[in-house]
Amino acid sequence: MREQRLSVRRASAVKRTKTIKVNYLARVEGEGALDVRVRGGRVTEARLRIFEPPRFFEAFLRGRRFTEAPDITARICGICPVAYQMSAVAAMEDVCGVQVEEPVRLLRRLLYCGEWMESHALHIYLLHAPDFLGYESAIHLARDHPEVVQRGLRLKKAGNDLMALLGGREVHPITVRVGGFYHVPVRADLARVAEQLKWARDAALETVRWAGTLPFPDYEHDYEFVALRHPTEYPIIEGRLVSTRGLDIPVRDYDTHFVEEHIPHSNALHSRLRVRGAYLVGPLARYNLNFDRLPAAVQQAAREGGLGPVCRNPFQSIVVRSVEVLYACEEALRLIDLYQPPQRPFVEVRPRAGTGYGCTEAPRGILYHRYTIDGNGVITEAKIVPPTAQNQKAMEEDLRAFVAPRIDLDHATLAWQCEQAIRNYDPCISCATHFLTLRVDRE
Amino acid sequence: MVRSLRRPKLAVWKFASCDGCQLSLLNCEEELLAIASQMEIAYFLEASRATGRGPYDISLVEGSISTPHDAERIKAVRRISRVLVTIGACATAGGIQALRNFSQVEEWRRLVYARPEYVQTLETSTPVAAHVPVDFELRGCPISKTQLVEVISAFLHGRRPAVPSHSVCMECKRRGTPCVMVARGTPCLGPITQAGCGAICPAYGRGCYGCYGPTETPNPTSLMSWWKGLGVEDGDLVRVLRTFNAGAEAFRAESERREAH
Repeated sequence: MREQRLSVRRASAVKRTKTIKVNYLARVEGEGALDVRVRGGRVTEARLRIFEPPRFFEAFLRGRRFTEAPDITARICGICPVAYQMSAVAAMEDVCGVQVEEPVRLLRRLLYCGEWMESHALHIYLLHAPDFLGYESAIHLARDHPEVVQRGLRLKKAGNDLMALLGGREVHPITVRVGGFYHVPVRADLARVAEQLKWARDAALETVRWAGTLPFPDYEHDYEFVALRHPTEYPIIEGRLVSTRGLDIPVRDYDTHFVEEHIPHSNALHSRLRVRGAYLVGPLARYNLNFDRLPAAVQQAAREGGLGPVCRNPFQSIVVRSVEVLYACEEALRLIDLYQPPQRPFVEVRPRAGTGYGCTEAPRGILYHRYTIDGNGVITEAKIVPPTAQNQKAMEEDLRAFVAPRIDLDHATLAWQCEQAIRNYDPCISCATHFLTLRVDRE
Repeated sequence: MVRSLRRPKLAVWKFASCDGCQLSLLNCEEELLAIASQMEIAYFLEASRATGRGPYDISLVEGSISTPHDAERIKAVRRISRVLVTIGACATAGGIQALRNFSQVEEWRRLVYARPEYVQTLETSTPVAAHVPVDFELRGCPISKTQLVEVISAFLHGRRPAVPSHSVCMECKRRGTPCVMVARGTPCLGPITQAGCGAICPAYGRGCYGCYGPTETPNPTSLMSWWKGLGVEDGDLVRVLRTFNAGAEAFRAESERREAH
């Protein structure tokens, strides 16, 4: 399977002309490739090619019941199923005019904390850190630094155990429903995971300090950051959509400000802000727009990891993720402390014809869902915009800017650095390609 | 099977899927480094950019076959694998994307993509076994990581994996969960669904929704009449059989029979 191996070749003998091709991007979720073309010392093309097969979620959601969306859309992503479930229930409750009880809302946040921990720990330790330390994988890394990899695996496990307790299992949880949960824990169940979370909190703090010592390339980019913003909380399950260049809108206005385009080299659509173009979602965006919503202890830890209130170096996203793992541990412990089982695990939701909007902060950034349902609760239209589709343009712009001053590096080194630049985003290619739009452009 | 001085080589391949079953291997946090010490993880793109050459002693295949390119690629994977194990509902039954098999994929492509000509896809999404011989199929959406470790360990020691093919009901009984259908009138797919998940849905107060696919000798026609008796509408009977294992023979046949009514 020659094509599946990294291949780097000279496009021609002309000096400073090269093509960097990575046919299968490793250590990302899903299948994508990377093409960068340099001519006469200039980057002429930087493409993230997504060839993950389309799965047509938005098409087959049509005709399904509104209550099925959380179970079905969870299957878009094995790494962040809770994000899909939460955006789906938010949109369905929006269209049906339902508000859940506060304990249910907090339990959703708690479940989501488990996902942030699991997904971020996976990315930090298994997908991203090996790049900084020059290893092919965490398994190679573990030969020299077993304690580091074991800490990462145990931290990931703490998140998974929280998800399994609340959700029944860590991949594709089964307890989430429109209106609440099928099952809620008793306080004693949560006390059990609290012990593990206390260990995780210490491990997360160590992770922040350790990540801060990794060697970061000197690179910054002037992104427009987009994230949710909540009046009091660090954003997870709700908020207004805000940006560093003045966007401040309710979730239901998403489609007025953002648009998707279909380009030939990608099975995933490219999102952009209608007026300004590329933007960035994810941990960096959340952090930069919501630093003031982090508890003082977490802000202090961020400083120990070498961060200020704003971070524009995408390579430092590994530190920001570590800070968010620490936040998720702190927040989970706070929510467990507050927890009182709700009167009812769920409210009965009667379908109401109309369109509903949901947006939550998946580990990789804002995940937008929009559904139209009829009076019987049958979905007539669905739109899902995952974070990676929104970041594609920013990723390509990053590659251009990043490669330009580095074109004299040898091919293998440059290819690996480009891969690393892509892995900064923790792209979720399986998610991205299941993104579809219902706007039809027939030429 | 694998008795030599060198460590056996493991490869993990991805086709159309959500990555959740591959993730189950990484979610074996406590066993992962042990597995890595017993085997050479030679090809596993989600975990490593190192790509050791085949042939591989065991290939784990996730995902369904849904593009012309993947239909070719799976043959190449088969050629370089001594043992080929499919993992998850996509690889063993075509996955949720097999819903296209009941519809017109061309229409969906136009509905969903502004430039359908950029997107290559097959009319169907099919299990790996429809394309190449498969040595073992591990079910589930997602798979159980305990079963995955059992399968890997069984093949390492040259024996058949001890993975039960009885129904979810057995797991409910073992767990001491009262039957949700009998006790509460909650429609449940447990009687026709293969065990493996630990019967979590009934234990957590909901009916089984069939993510492990049909059990060995299911009688979906009978179960669906019971569901009907509980007041479930015809359209919902079709839909419940058409989720993550819609392409599995028993579920497919019963859903088509119900639809024809």
